[in-house]
Amino acid sequence: MTNYWLRVLSSLVFLSTLMNTQAAEINVAVAANFSIVLKEIAVEFQKDTGHQLAITPGATGKFYAQISNGAPFDVFLSADDETPRKLVQEGKAIAASQFTYAIGRLALWSPILDLVDKSADILKTDKFKYIAIANAKVAPYGQAAVQTMQKLGVLTKIEPRVVQGESIAQTFQFVSTGNAQLGFVALSQILENGKIKTGSAWIVPEEMHEQLKQDAVVLKSCNQTSACQALMEYLKSEKVKKMMASYGYK
Amino acid sequence: MLTAEALQALWLTLQLSTVVTLILLVIGTPIAWWLVQTRSWLKRPIGALVALPLVLPPSVLGFYLLLAMGPQGPVGQFTRSLGIEQLPFTFWGLVIASVFYSLPFMVQPLQTAFEAVGKRPMEVAATLRASPLDAFFSVALPMALPGFVTASIMTFAHTVGEFGVVLMIGGNIAGQTRVASVQIYDYVEAMQYSQAHTLSAILLLFSFLVLLGLQLWRPQTKREV
Repeated sequence: MTNYWLRVLSSLVFLSTLMNTQAAEINVAVAANFSIVLKEIAVEFQKDTGHQLAITPGATGKFYAQISNGAPFDVFLSADDETPRKLVQEGKAIAASQFTYAIGRLALWSPILDLVDKSADILKTDKFKYIAIANAKVAPYGQAAVQTMQKLGVLTKIEPRVVQGESIAQTFQFVSTGNAQLGFVALSQILENGKIKTGSAWIVPEEMHEQLKQDAVVLKSCNQTSACQALMEYLKSEKVKKMMASYGYK
Repeated sequence: MLTAEALQALWLTLQLSTVVTLILLVIGTPIAWWLVQTRSWLKRPIGALVALPLVLPPSVLGFYLLLAMGPQGPVGQFTRSLGIEQLPFTFWGLVIASVFYSLPFMVQPLQTAFEAVGKRPMEVAATLRASPLDAFFSVALPMALPGFVTASIMTFAHTVGEFGVVLMIGGNIAGQTRVASVQIYDYVEAMQYSQAHTLSAILLLFSFLVLLGLQLWRPQTKREV
């Protein structure tokens, strides 16, 4: 009799260790523009694989500083392709794992209806006091915004009215609270089921700025290799591609 | 060694802290005096309200100020009715935010100083037919002078050290809202670590000297008493 219970107990212990190795929790540092999508992906990812994602959204430049100083992230979804490359060069990330998970799109957006039209003529007027962009020195979406304004030939005229958000999330916040009348945000922030949620927007044509290639990379600090790899594969799946497309990513 | 933008950020920080300290001297003195003198039931709620910025995360203050000063917010609508366009992203927006943020650093040392003066000197002044206002300026104020010095230094230094609120309502405009702490954050994000070091070292040294100055000043004032 005791023998029987011992066997049950030991098999239970065995099972639970098995479960442990199967369902891991991995820490993901993600560029602010992609965090809404990743939260949605995480739900499906857990359903399909059992692995859980602990998501930390933020600015790519800040993540670089944190990761190179030993922040305990397992996977990094960057807003550019340069930062992951740098981390690889510094021996902080695994070279073979790097790939472009999404190509981001920029949008000129205002919560005010009809303020932004399809040709972005608003930028040539004085109908706004402030325009918000992400920090052009560090944020890829901020750089794309500057390139776009340059190409439209309005940069020098607008520059005194430009306010900068620390990340694309803060840029969105400046505009959505009405403190800036409009701003260059990530298309993913204003899209829901492929439609613009509120206000008016101009989806910036891709040839206006350098492509917003967003790369993912597994970090050397990942000690749950199979779970990290599973996430990378999952990001390449058709299912995720579809979810990303509804937010305007390619 | 210091770049032009770092100098500009330091200069802006200096301006902001000076203006905020002066404004808080005017606003904080009557609040502190009232808190010491009053027997109203409002004493404790107001005291708690003044102390709030000590415990409140700057993000809470920044978030509410952004909403309140925005075009739909109550402060935003009020300033608009006065003909002032908008406060966020401006120097004066930062001044108002910092006045809230640094309020306890002015009021609390003053309160302690006024309490130390006590009722007796004021009563003596009254028997000499000094009006309350006269007594305040010629008796309480000089006696509380060390408290004013402490309060001003603390307020000034605390405003220099402000970061979260500025980040949330500033919009990072050079010469307007990009103060030294935000400039450092910018440098770190842009991986310009040597510039970040220089500016950080200056702030570190400044803060240490201020606190050292306070330490040296305090025992002296005690001996006088």
